[in-house]
Amino acid sequence: MTSRLERMVSYAVLLAATAFALGPLLVVLVLALRPDRIGSEEAFTLSNFAEAWVEGGFGNYLRTSLVVAVSVVVVSALLASLAGYAFGTMSFRGSSALFYVFLLGLMVPSEAFVVPLYYDLRSLGLTDTYAALILPQVAQSLAFGTFWMRTYFRSSSREVVEAARLDGAGHLRIFWSILLPMGRPALLTMTLLVFMWTWNEFLIPLIMATDEKLRTAPLGLAFFQGRYTSGTALLAAGATLVALPVVVVYLILQRHFIRGMVEGAVK
Amino acid sequence: MATTDVPAGAVRRPAAPRERRPTGPPGEPRAVGYLYIAPALLVFGAFLLWPIIRAVWLSFYEWDGLGLGTFVGIDNYREVLTDPELLAPFGHALVLVVFFSLLPVTVGMALAAMMSRTALRGLGFFRTMLFLPQVVAMVVVGIAWQTLYQPEGFVNDLLRAVGLDGFTRAWLGEPSWALVAVGFVGTWFTSGLCLVLFLAGLAKVPRELYEAARLDGAGPVQEFFAVSLPALRGELAVALTLTIIAALRTFDLVYVMTSGGPGGRTRVPAYEVYDRVFVKSEVGTGMTVAVLLTAVILLVTVAINRLAEGADE
Repeated sequence: MTSRLERMVSYAVLLAATAFALGPLLVVLVLALRPDRIGSEEAFTLSNFAEAWVEGGFGNYLRTSLVVAVSVVVVSALLASLAGYAFGTMSFRGSSALFYVFLLGLMVPSEAFVVPLYYDLRSLGLTDTYAALILPQVAQSLAFGTFWMRTYFRSSSREVVEAARLDGAGHLRIFWSILLPMGRPALLTMTLLVFMWTWNEFLIPLIMATDEKLRTAPLGLAFFQGRYTSGTALLAAGATLVALPVVVVYLILQRHFIRGMVEGAVK
Repeated sequence: MATTDVPAGAVRRPAAPRERRPTGPPGEPRAVGYLYIAPALLVFGAFLLWPIIRAVWLSFYEWDGLGLGTFVGIDNYREVLTDPELLAPFGHALVLVVFFSLLPVTVGMALAAMMSRTALRGLGFFRTMLFLPQVVAMVVVGIAWQTLYQPEGFVNDLLRAVGLDGFTRAWLGEPSWALVAVGFVGTWFTSGLCLVLFLAGLAKVPRELYEAARLDGAGPVQEFFAVSLPALRGELAVALTLTIIAALRTFDLVYVMTSGGPGGRTRVPAYEVYDRVFVKSEVGTGMTVAVLLTAVILLVTVAINRLAEGADE
């Protein structure tokens, strides 16, 4: 009897916690779907999204975000895999010291390196470019990426590597044709997390991009909030558009997200 | 000819190609490792490491971001560590640690331990939903909660609905409540993560341990300290690291919800850096705050992991 009561209490707690987690997000979604004009007959409408997309400029912001996020993901996945392969399967002088240097990037707050970088890039005339948005975020992603891929390569099967070597495969072949394809799950997890972090990043584009054409989605949203103080429905629609891509990918591949964030923190 | 680079000793044997490659198991010294690391190190060095060194450098200068800077030695550090206006953001960060970390970790652990006494189904669904706040952009989170906190917003509606009319207020506008209101967003943001972590950790504990504890006459509280807490040590370290770093790094929330106001009551170190550098043109002071914040984060991370490892032995 106690056990059944305990189970019911447990489910009640889980339901309450879930309602707490989802509530604020659902409020935004409902605000975004409600007609903005008084006297409108429909209960729900998509017109706020259309208006935010075109007049709010969210179409452009989302496109910039996509370009930046995909570039960061592709470049950092490649570089992190190469570095992770070396850290995970080879030993060379200074390898562990170098690895700790990369780990440092996991802890450093963005403003500590983005502000000096802004002044250096400004003197080179490179602020307000895609490079200024992409490269600092690649550097930041390499900290986690190298750590994550090193863990994978370290755990990769020694027998497979030995067999490949006996067949005459060199270190590049072993990396590109054998270990990397076998590491697709690890690679996918890293790709998803880097995509999410880049998509959601706010401070780096805030400092690096003053040109409206280079505004990423979160930055566009913050500026939109500053411009229109009254249009709650439009603001909510914009917020939904910014959050939706990552949330949809998360709902499809949630296992990878949770695994990456939980295991990534265990250093 | 391809044969020219075959070492002399290998010419006699037909299996020469194998000899040319570095032999031995992976893990043997191989200089080629540097080549694999080079591209990553180049980008990381140029766009993260070097700028951090520049940050330390700039913290010894007084500079408005345009003209020539003046070397001032450790004056900026002296200023940041003595000026109440510059120390306040660090105090606010401590308050955020309570809301982002201590509160969700203790409540999450208590709830998880309570639930671990029964076998539950459908945890996958709950896990997905509880974790959802983690993937939403902080700017979106800030805007969502700002809407909820408005005088006619959802939070006050809820208070009125349960008869607590006296508690309604302009949450983000009142000096004594704004920081608490921002902190509570952090509690919302991290509680799901903590609960998911602890439930996963407790699921790995053999059920016999609980049965044995119960046979020994342990109540829920003794059971928690004897079985659950020791089993959760690793998860506790992870939860503390993630949530404390999130609290100390808070920027987006403050930028979107309060801009540091009212009356500077929600200024946090990361916001102070941005404001000093780009609004007040005090680059040196801003960088000093950034360097100190980095040092605090490094110390906290190392300390938590040391404690977790030390407790394992």
